[in-house]
Amino acid sequence: MQWFDALIQGILLGGMYAQYALGMALMFGVMRIVNVSHGDLVILLSLIGISLASNFGWGPFTVMVALVPLAIALGWLLQKVVLNKVVGDDPLPSLIATFGLSIALQNMMLQIWSANSRSLPGGGIESQSIQIGGIYVGLLPVLVLTFATALTWGLDLVLKRTRFGRSLRAASADVEAASMSGINARAVYASATAIAVGILGFAAVFQSLRSTVAPADGGAQLIYAFEAVIIGGMGSVWGAFIGSMVLGVSQAIGFRIDPGFGVLAGHLVFLLVLAIRPQGLFGKV
Amino acid sequence: MTVLSTHGLVARYGDFQALYGVDIDVAEGEAVALIGANGAGKSTFLRSIMGLMAVKPEMVRLDGQPIGGTPTDRMVQKGVAIVPEGRRLFTGMSVDDNLRVAMDQADRLGRTGGWSLERLHRLFPILKEKARTEVQNLSGGQQQMVSIGRALLSQPRVLLCDEISLGLAPKVIREIYAALPEIRAQGTAIIVVEQDVGLAQSASDRIFCLLEGRVTLTGASSAITREQIAGAYFGGSHAVV
Repeated sequence: MQWFDALIQGILLGGMYAQYALGMALMFGVMRIVNVSHGDLVILLSLIGISLASNFGWGPFTVMVALVPLAIALGWLLQKVVLNKVVGDDPLPSLIATFGLSIALQNMMLQIWSANSRSLPGGGIESQSIQIGGIYVGLLPVLVLTFATALTWGLDLVLKRTRFGRSLRAASADVEAASMSGINARAVYASATAIAVGILGFAAVFQSLRSTVAPADGGAQLIYAFEAVIIGGMGSVWGAFIGSMVLGVSQAIGFRIDPGFGVLAGHLVFLLVLAIRPQGLFGKV
Repeated sequence: MTVLSTHGLVARYGDFQALYGVDIDVAEGEAVALIGANGAGKSTFLRSIMGLMAVKPEMVRLDGQPIGGTPTDRMVQKGVAIVPEGRRLFTGMSVDDNLRVAMDQADRLGRTGGWSLERLHRLFPILKEKARTEVQNLSGGQQQMVSIGRALLSQPRVLLCDEISLGLAPKVIREIYAALPEIRAQGTAIIVVEQDVGLAQSASDRIFCLLEGRVTLTGASSAITREQIAGAYFGGSHAVV
């Protein structure tokens, strides 16, 4: 029962990681950009959300309604102003640009919000729990997993069924051939990053509900997103989702073995996957 | 009526100059063949038209308007499409989705014309049969048909074909070249780059031979002799300008 409980808690934890990993998988899959500032963007959006809540007295879901469009705009702007200038066959310029952005964002956040930890008041939902088949699960983690599943499903559907999704997949397969078919790659890229950062708008609300956030916390979120994407297979949406679950379950089981071993267990599984199946569980060679 | 023309077209890769002032033109419904040895600049010529090389605006004209160096997606909007060397299909996507990408964009860019999925299926029936197959699982000839279909669904006024016979069996090559008359009948101008001189001659109205980035021979395909082509192709004392 103890291990079954760990499995359930791990899957719920994976829901949080999936919300980080989706956008990262999308950006890598389409543009081969590893966005080092991904975690810092979550923290930035979290802090903005917390400020909105405390200034206007908004509840978490009102904050979400405001934050997601803001995140979409932020992502679009990020691509238009910065990333479109460095995207290309060579992955290094975009890596350096997002690394620089990460440092700049952290310092900017420190300047505005100070180093204090804050969190978003949830009006009680963060501590509610429900009983399912003999085990207690938190209402918030269940909500997180539900949103993560819906976002993954929705993104997958957009990629498979819509005109925009086809342009994204075409640009991902061969950007020059895509332009020969009339696709404006830079416009497609801007929309892709808008979606990727837009998803972080959801993640930011949940992250600041379930724990505290401080300007320097971005790095840890980046690592989890990165590991989930690698485990699942670079550039695959459901791969990133499953990768997040594997990471979450590894950590939860690790925690049961020894409370200090949880995070390390996740890293070890990540390294194991990297060693045995470097293309990831669902990646194509 | 000339649709597309180049005027003193010059292109370079860094320090290496690939084209030295190339003048080629093609009229509505006409097929022009571009022949020449490897490295003569044939593909570079097509890439220059398509906005994939840095060229000056007045070096490429569409309906007399200077359009050289226009970004590739905008060239498609203006009515120029290319069947690129090596087919360049969207791997991991089905035949239908590959074609749909071009239809989506034609729709978005406001290009209309006579090509539809149904008509393409009549031209290449195998594309209907394989609609749901991922393109990497097709044979070379089938892939080439997808690539041609994708270009046609952009509703082009000028179609550029880069070595569409490369690596295909003679029977398949005949099948693909048999599609050209129907494309021309639409009024579409065609520029084919072709290694096979006989094929180039039979499929075109006029021939241009490139040698080291310069046009060394031009004339009506039916009037040009093998000797003239041999001279222009390999250079030396027989070169005819």
